[in-house]
Amino acid sequence: MTARTFSARLLSPRGLAAAFAPASAPKPQLRAAGGRGASVTLRGFSKSFGPKQVLKKLDLHAPAGQFIAIVGKSGCGKSTLLRAILGLDQPTDGVVTVADQPPTSDSARIMFQEPRLLPWARVLDNVLVGVRGLGKIEAREAALDALRKVGLGDRAGEWPSVLSGGQKQRVALARALVSRPRLLALDEPLGALDALTRIEMQNLLERIWQKQGFTAVLVTHDVSEALALADRVIVLEDGGVSLDLTVDLPRPRRRGSPGIARLEGQILDRLFGAADRDAPTDLHGDLAQELYA
Amino acid sequence: MNLFKSGDLLAFVIPVGLILVWQALSSAGYLAPEVLPAPTAVALAGWRLATSGELWTNIAISAWRAGVGFLIGGGIGFAFGLANGLSKLSERLTDPTIQMVRTIPHLAMIPLVILWFGIDETAKIFLVALGVSFPIYLNTLHGVRTVDAQLVEMGRAYGMTPVELFLKVVLPGALPSIFVGLRYALGIMWLTLIVAETISASSGLGYMAMNAREFMLVDVVVLSILIYALLGKLADSVARWLERATLSWHPAYIAR
Ligand SMILES: Nc1ncnc2c1ncn2[C@@H]1O[C@H](COP(=O)(O)OP(=O)(O)OP(=O)(O)O)[C@@H](O)[C@H]1O
Ligand SMILES: [Mg+2]
Repeated sequence: MTARTFSARLLSPRGLAAAFAPASAPKPQLRAAGGRGASVTLRGFSKSFGPKQVLKKLDLHAPAGQFIAIVGKSGCGKSTLLRAILGLDQPTDGVVTVADQPPTSDSARIMFQEPRLLPWARVLDNVLVGVRGLGKIEAREAALDALRKVGLGDRAGEWPSVLSGGQKQRVALARALVSRPRLLALDEPLGALDALTRIEMQNLLERIWQKQGFTAVLVTHDVSEALALADRVIVLEDGGVSLDLTVDLPRPRRRGSPGIARLEGQILDRLFGAADRDAPTDLHGDLAQELYA
Repeated sequence: MNLFKSGDLLAFVIPVGLILVWQALSSAGYLAPEVLPAPTAVALAGWRLATSGELWTNIAISAWRAGVGFLIGGGIGFAFGLANGLSKLSERLTDPTIQMVRTIPHLAMIPLVILWFGIDETAKIFLVALGVSFPIYLNTLHGVRTVDAQLVEMGRAYGMTPVELFLKVVLPGALPSIFVGLRYALGIMWLTLIVAETISASSGLGYMAMNAREFMLVDVVVLSILIYALLGKLADSVARWLERATLSWHPAYIAR
């Protein structure tokens, strides 16, 4: 498996440097507490909707405990990929495994862009939705504990409608984490939040990930968010992986540091390179100047 | 139901005022007693019928017909609403027929119903059930269909079984719409019963009013009408109380 990702990385031009970056691969596993995470593997994964092929023969392996970010243009199949990893959708072709097993609804948890809390259930009951196979009392304890971890221990008895957007998303995080999943999929979970709340949530997410050691697959539109959180950033384009970048920066990362800016430039180059060639505008130059300033 | 909470007292200002004006006009001789008897006369008629027991038996028999018809019709409408909201097959099979039958005004069935069942209980219960089932059906179906698909997806992703998904996501999501149907159906329930009892019955409030008309007892006729109004209001209050109790999560009902 490692050989496969390694070669994929070599084949993508931007990944060359990353592949030879010192000590990039084993580090996440060292960080993951007790190796609780589940590895995720896709082999020859294809997905079509009718005649439209969204993902084509995709190969991807995320070792246990890795924090992997997926970026790509809207409609390139990021959510489709997550749904496959969660076992919500069957692949048209190829194999998906989570911890070497076919994915089930128990092997992973997902956080959506919207909190998707049940408005008719109190905050605590919403977190209880995430609990599987525990007695009533243990389940309550676990849910309260998860709420405390996201800083909402005192709001257990409230209706979701009285919470702010960021608080709702934190309840959703508690619901996702309460069953201590080995894999957490995140589909732009912070996209709808304001900039400050977003940074707060990113820090919270990073802390919990470091403590619990699950594998995290984060889909995001925000390249700087990907770089702030992930061990590895994947760019999805034309149904395949067009860039596989290892982010070998110490945590917690400082936003706007030169290391992050350099990687951000690489990713944006990859995402907008083609558009730049077609339209001889100065857009890209401006963007790059801003980034390197 | 805190009917007498200070805010609700405001609701009584106009009805009480109207009764006072009515009494004043009657006492001053502007309203002939054979056209509209004074409130006091109506109250006296009510007292007379209440002490003789006639009033209570008639209310009881009408309430019984309304309740049984409502349960049968509401149950059928609810069951089909759920089934057709959850299953495409069931919907394709039954919805077109239900929609077709729905376009017949159910009161137009009265002559046929009398031919079928005579004027006994079955006729009235059948009509009430028929009238009540459609609003419940339509609103249940609408409620189930418009449940947030994102929440359903969330439930699936979190490993809910179909039963759990129904009880925790679909049913609570459909409830506000079901209540709209319920309150509408309660109105139809009384309307149907009154018409049916007025046309063909030998007991009940509608019969009491028709019987009084034959003996020119205008006070009893007016009394019957007022009792209808009170019973309708009572049913609506119960529905509203249920709504408040079960939709307490809804932003519109969260007590501040
Ligand atoms: N159930 C479906 N039926 C038909 N087409 C679908 C379905 N789901 C997704 N698609 C198509 O597959 C493509 C990828 O969709 P997907 O939701 O994975 O994109 P995405 O990368 O998550 O986009 P965004 O960033 O906007 O969320 C889109 O072109 C979409 O129209
Ligand atoms: Mg998406």
